[in-house]
Amino acid sequence: MSVILEVDGVTKRFGGLVAVNKVDFTVEEGSILGLIGPNGAGKSTLFHLIGGTYKPDEGRIRLDGKDITGWPPHRVAREGIARTFQTTALFEELPVYLNLAIGYRMKTRSHLFDVLFRTPRARREQKEITQRVMEMLAFTGLGEYFDRPAGSIPQEAQKRLAIGIALMGRPRLLLLDEPTGGVGPEETGRIIELIRKVRDSGVTVCIIEHKMKMVMGLVDRLVVLNFGVKIADGPPQEVCSDPAVIEAYLGECIA
Amino acid sequence: MKGKLNYNLVVALVLLVVAALLPLFLQRTSGGKYNMIVLTYAMIWAVAASSLNLVLGYTGQACLAHGAFVGIGAYSLAIMVDRVGINYWLALPLTCLLTALIGCLIGLPSFRTRGPYFAIVTLCFNVIVYAIFENWTWLSGGYAGQPLTVPAVLSGRLARYYFVLAFLVLTLLVLRQIVKSIVGASFLSILSNEGLSEAVGISAFRYKLLSFTVSCFLAGLAGALFATASGRVDSSITSYLHSFYLLIYVLIGGVATLAGPVLGAVGLYFLLDRIKGLGEFRYVGFGILLILIIIYFPRGLVGGVNQLREWMKERRSTKTSPREEVAG
Amino acid sequence: MSFFVNQVIIGIQLGSQYMMMALGLTLIFGILDISHFAHGHIYMVGAYILYTLSVLLGINYWLALPLCMAVLAVAGILVERLVYRPLRGTPAINTFIAAIGLLLAIETLVRGIKKDAVRVPVPVDRSVSVLGMSLEAQRVIVIVGALLILLFLQWFIKRTRLGIAIEAMAQDREGASLVGINVNRISALTFAIASALAGVAAVLMAPLGSITPEMGSLLILKAFVIVVIGGLGSIKGAIAGGYLLGLIEALGVAYISSTYKDVFAFALLIVILAVRPTGLFGERAA
Repeated sequence: MSVILEVDGVTKRFGGLVAVNKVDFTVEEGSILGLIGPNGAGKSTLFHLIGGTYKPDEGRIRLDGKDITGWPPHRVAREGIARTFQTTALFEELPVYLNLAIGYRMKTRSHLFDVLFRTPRARREQKEITQRVMEMLAFTGLGEYFDRPAGSIPQEAQKRLAIGIALMGRPRLLLLDEPTGGVGPEETGRIIELIRKVRDSGVTVCIIEHKMKMVMGLVDRLVVLNFGVKIADGPPQEVCSDPAVIEAYLGECIA
Repeated sequence: MKGKLNYNLVVALVLLVVAALLPLFLQRTSGGKYNMIVLTYAMIWAVAASSLNLVLGYTGQACLAHGAFVGIGAYSLAIMVDRVGINYWLALPLTCLLTALIGCLIGLPSFRTRGPYFAIVTLCFNVIVYAIFENWTWLSGGYAGQPLTVPAVLSGRLARYYFVLAFLVLTLLVLRQIVKSIVGASFLSILSNEGLSEAVGISAFRYKLLSFTVSCFLAGLAGALFATASGRVDSSITSYLHSFYLLIYVLIGGVATLAGPVLGAVGLYFLLDRIKGLGEFRYVGFGILLILIIIYFPRGLVGGVNQLREWMKERRSTKTSPREEVAG
Repeated sequence: MSFFVNQVIIGIQLGSQYMMMALGLTLIFGILDISHFAHGHIYMVGAYILYTLSVLLGINYWLALPLCMAVLAVAGILVERLVYRPLRGTPAINTFIAAIGLLLAIETLVRGIKKDAVRVPVPVDRSVSVLGMSLEAQRVIVIVGALLILLFLQWFIKRTRLGIAIEAMAQDREGASLVGINVNRISALTFAIASALAGVAAVLMAPLGSITPEMGSLLILKAFVIVVIGGLGSIKGAIAGGYLLGLIEALGVAYISSTYKDVFAFALLIVILAVRPTGLFGERAA
């Protein structure tokens, strides 16, 4: 198994606060990595650093060997990293199918000229987009919401949509920030199933989660952050019996 | 989806037929002839408003420089034809390209700002352009302005009406092509959630600049049409007040719709002409109207109608099955 | 040499006007996050109020000053209540657009009533000798007046309960409301203060030039330029930027060109934003 993502000594400061402090870890291709830790541990910040929203003050980030440190978000996305956000990010006024189509934009090469003069490329890519959208609707089980405004569908469907948008561009690595946040137990199960399907289709997944029980069964490895520092890194069973982790979580880990 | 499309198409075709036949009735009376001229100018401002809508309504950037770009278009055509000696029919597309180029250059520093600050920077640009044209009489022709020798075929009122109408239709067709394509969807994505659009590989800066450049191309066209209809341009065509009026036309008519800016521009311009007797006070109402619209109807009238239609559709249908083709 | 110093003093006087306008704007922007683009027209109305009071009604200039401030303060409170408060929570651009509607209405209303420029005579028609040069007394009044205002504000913000509350809100709007500071009251008060400041600026500056309905537009643009260049929400930036712009303009008019004098500010803005979108002092990007 090769390493697809390397986070190497990454540090991020906001004024006097060190949000992420010399964090190192790697992610194996095709695995699911869980990133956990108490509130404010720096998990979302780490995703922002990988995704390009923030630039690290120190350290490097490599995707499949390529140094992507400090790249702007749209470039990181085009390189193959997709992500969802803690507060579900959608194009709320736009219909579901258009949300998905936009996620595929970076894979098409039609430009203004093609669009204005309906070149063969424009027509071909239009069909491609349609096809990919239909595939994704089926994959995420969102067919019934086809042309509803994204903001009007149920909370849990919105979470699945966010994952769907992220997957449209055929990413190699998917960063999920609390994909089951604010969602009830039955719906959580549906999202977990979807994440498994994603991994089975060959995409590497990194997931930030609070619901410990859910994550245990899903992930291959856990990385634990506390106050911006990595305090544990290994298979779930191992990490959960780690005294530093137990202390940080006050014994909530369930094996 | 197909049903909805047809409805809009029917309405558009009816309006087009009405607009095409109207002059034949207006020709007969002197009052009618006057109205025909007013309508011609109204349609010119509809082109300008539609151009602004691309940046404002579809990409979400409040630009207050379109007064300058329309003015630049008007002067470019007049200067190219009457002072440089370029053939009118060649100068016309050149004007649009030149305005687009200037727009792109202005966009480069301007899009480093957002929201109200972008609006201010664009307004500053407009003020600078207006100051230049007001003061540099060599360029602007001073009080007398810069004349434009219009080709013989366009010397009649009727001919100009149809000329402008044709370009208005062309503008709307071009905008429709863009808006329903993946490029248009990219613009909308920036309007809707800029952060997410970046996260799916869309460079907001590049797309904002693209929509701005296309918008300026069309604004230049509006300016060229204005110069053609007037036969002469003076510095007032570059005034920043036009930027405010265009903003009002788009917002009242309906952002992010094709019909909105046209209806807003034609309707309001015509109304302004009707109440000419009120002088300055017309614009007091304009200003108050803008405040009321932005508080109570930020999507504008046509936008409001669309919203109503969607809400009604939502209540009627419970499930929609996947379609054969993703529209667009 | 004395010509240069003369221009510098004019620059400081001009800067006093810009500083007061930019300060009012910064207070509103920093505390309330409102892009009050109609502020320049409040200033313009202030100048016309002075004209009405002192020329048409014959009221003494120094009495007209507080009257004008009071009227503008009320106007500011009304504007906040009727135009901006309904838009609280909507995207910033909506507020900006409402401001444009407001300024259009105000400007055309004034222009409809009195189209031509008017003038107000100086209260003290004398020349004063400063650093060996002869200056109109009014210019000195402007400079001194502005400094007095700055001192007053300094005292107000540090020493009074209301002032401290305003400062708290400027630093953390949400936190302040949790502690029980009444947002509506602070909003009204901020507008009252900023509008009164505009009144002072208008009354002091009006005798030095002519009063036109258009004078608000250029002024507000320049004030915004100052606020952006000085750094959004930064009071120090607004003050420094105001005087800086005054100097640049005065020297620019004297040594480069007077036709394009208004353009310096805007060209400067475009250049600075192209290089540093966060402005010179600020942290928020425009």
